[in-house]
Amino acid sequence: MRGGWPDKLSPVDAVLWGFRLVVLVLVVWGTIGTVLAAKYSGEVWLDFLVFGLSQGSIYALIALGYTMVYGILRMINFAHGEVFMAGAYTAYFVADALARSGHLDRYPLPSLLLVLAVSMTTSTLVGVLLERVAYRPLRHAPRLVPLIAAIGASFFLQYAFRGLYGSGFKAYPEPDILKGVWTFAGVRILKTQAVVLVAAVIMMLGLYAFVMKTKTGTAMRAVAEDLEAAALMGINVDRIIVTTFAVGAAMAGAAGLLYALVFKQVHFFMGFVPGIKAFTAAVLGGIGNIPGAMLGGLFLGLVESVGPILFLDGLGIVAPYQLKDVIAFTMLVMVLIFRPSGLLGERLAVKKA
Amino acid sequence: MLTVSDLHVYYAEIHALKGISLEVAKGEIVALLGPNGAGKTTTVKSLSGLLHPRAGVIELEGESLLGLPPHAIVTRGVAHVPEGRRIFNRLTVLENLEMGAYIRSDAGIAQDLQRVFALFPRLEERQTQVAGTLSGGEQQMLAIGRALMARPRVLLLDEPSMGLAPVLVEQIFETIVDINRQGTTILLVEQNAAMALDIAHRGYVLETGIVVLAGTAAELVANADVRRAYLGE
Ligand SMILES: Nc1ncnc2c1ncn2[C@@H]1O[C@H](COP(=O)(O)OP(=O)(O)OP(=O)(O)O)[C@@H](O)[C@H]1O
Ligand SMILES: [Mg+2]
Repeated sequence: MRGGWPDKLSPVDAVLWGFRLVVLVLVVWGTIGTVLAAKYSGEVWLDFLVFGLSQGSIYALIALGYTMVYGILRMINFAHGEVFMAGAYTAYFVADALARSGHLDRYPLPSLLLVLAVSMTTSTLVGVLLERVAYRPLRHAPRLVPLIAAIGASFFLQYAFRGLYGSGFKAYPEPDILKGVWTFAGVRILKTQAVVLVAAVIMMLGLYAFVMKTKTGTAMRAVAEDLEAAALMGINVDRIIVTTFAVGAAMAGAAGLLYALVFKQVHFFMGFVPGIKAFTAAVLGGIGNIPGAMLGGLFLGLVESVGPILFLDGLGIVAPYQLKDVIAFTMLVMVLIFRPSGLLGERLAVKKA
Repeated sequence: MLTVSDLHVYYAEIHALKGISLEVAKGEIVALLGPNGAGKTTTVKSLSGLLHPRAGVIELEGESLLGLPPHAIVTRGVAHVPEGRRIFNRLTVLENLEMGAYIRSDAGIAQDLQRVFALFPRLEERQTQVAGTLSGGEQQMLAIGRALMARPRVLLLDEPSMGLAPVLVEQIFETIVDINRQGTTILLVEQNAAMALDIAHRGYVLETGIVVLAGTAAELVANADVRRAYLGE
């Protein structure tokens, strides 16, 4: 059936084609409507673009953890959003102390690097603990078991943070150097967003170089492909697995700080939505595929920020921005139905074999 | 060098190895023969730590290997070329060879790489190629070369001739003799008994988890049962 018209349209196929058609018509119609209305200036579009990219780069960082763990264990670590939250939340206390003491504004760069280090270290510890305590003992259990353990771990972490630090929002301090805008060639960019984007891209390039160029990175790829053969090379598979969790968690920790810089608050539940969005990004890019996760994250961020106005405003929807999650999850559903292998991925069924 | 005695291995309730014993002396090529399902792969997987025997002895120069994880066994000098090659398809040829040398950090790695390239010149030409795109014969060469990169004292080969054209099989077997002459002890699992006994010093015949025959290669070739069952007479 793939490529070419089916001989006979089953009811399910008909519904699916209808679904595609409806989405396509809405998107095209909305886009035309928006463009004709010309309500927004080029500058506004550019703002959306930059916001989308910086938001997307955060999704991409988180998505790396999902995709790397899936690549090795064929398991979705649903507690990964909480790994992200744990880093951001813990780093908040350091950021807050630095802000109160005035160090944050007197020595902004060292302070921010310290907060980043705390966030990454905390997330790494949580990720490694999760693997050792919750997942390793279940390595040989049926697939559903670690998945349930992951959901359990996710609740455990959320409510542990809630219990320890309360259920309120905590305001993240904003360093003075990140306030305001920079102007590049006549284009105004919020400083925070520029910093987030640049930091995330540096992290991703670093991770990619690590995976492609170092001996440990090559061993990760070997274990992902054939765990038993990797063990026969003398690779300590358990150690590589825990390293994978650690690296993915460190990326989530970095994302945690960036997220807190953008939204300026932390909360015990803050990992949930970005976690699911990043999972969507990983699936979008092809789960198990590292460049796919990066691309999927950026793409999702862009669609989320540009999409509501571009697709929905033209349809006469009053508050299109409230519907950005609808767009994100419609995309997830469509990818799962129509292209489960994602943008860059191989077919899921082949990988499992 | 390698001593196995009274080894029992189970897959859940299936009793796959029912007390086998064998011995591989330093410098030997020992063939392990037998029909499909006899337990040959089970034996070598137990030696390399992929399976955990329920009872018995596995010793390398007097040191027990039982209960050690595979990576610790590689470190002790036993490399295993698994059935069906199991090369890393998405890694390049060079990366595969580097993974073979994973346990090492000595200065001899580059030299061993040249040694592997001397044994298999085809691999040198294809260093940067993704391994999944190699031909079957090249993949087998890579699997053997990769194991040699660990500079093993004992090499376990599980059906290196599987799925290869006769010319290639001959070439692989010649290389196995070369590797052995360069000082590596070899345990060779084969269904191709004629070729295996041609290069082996001694051999064992395994049937349904039991050693039914053992002897020098010449004795086995002369044995009427072996001739009937494995040499096609
Ligand atoms: N993973 C497994 N689970 C259950 N039984 C197994 C498993 N692997 C092997 N067996 C059984 O153990 C016995 C020995 O298998 P083994 O693979 O060692 O045979 P073999 O001599 O290597 O055969 P072949 O020449 O076909 O490779 C067979 O009866 C086989 O069905
Ligand atoms: Mg076998």
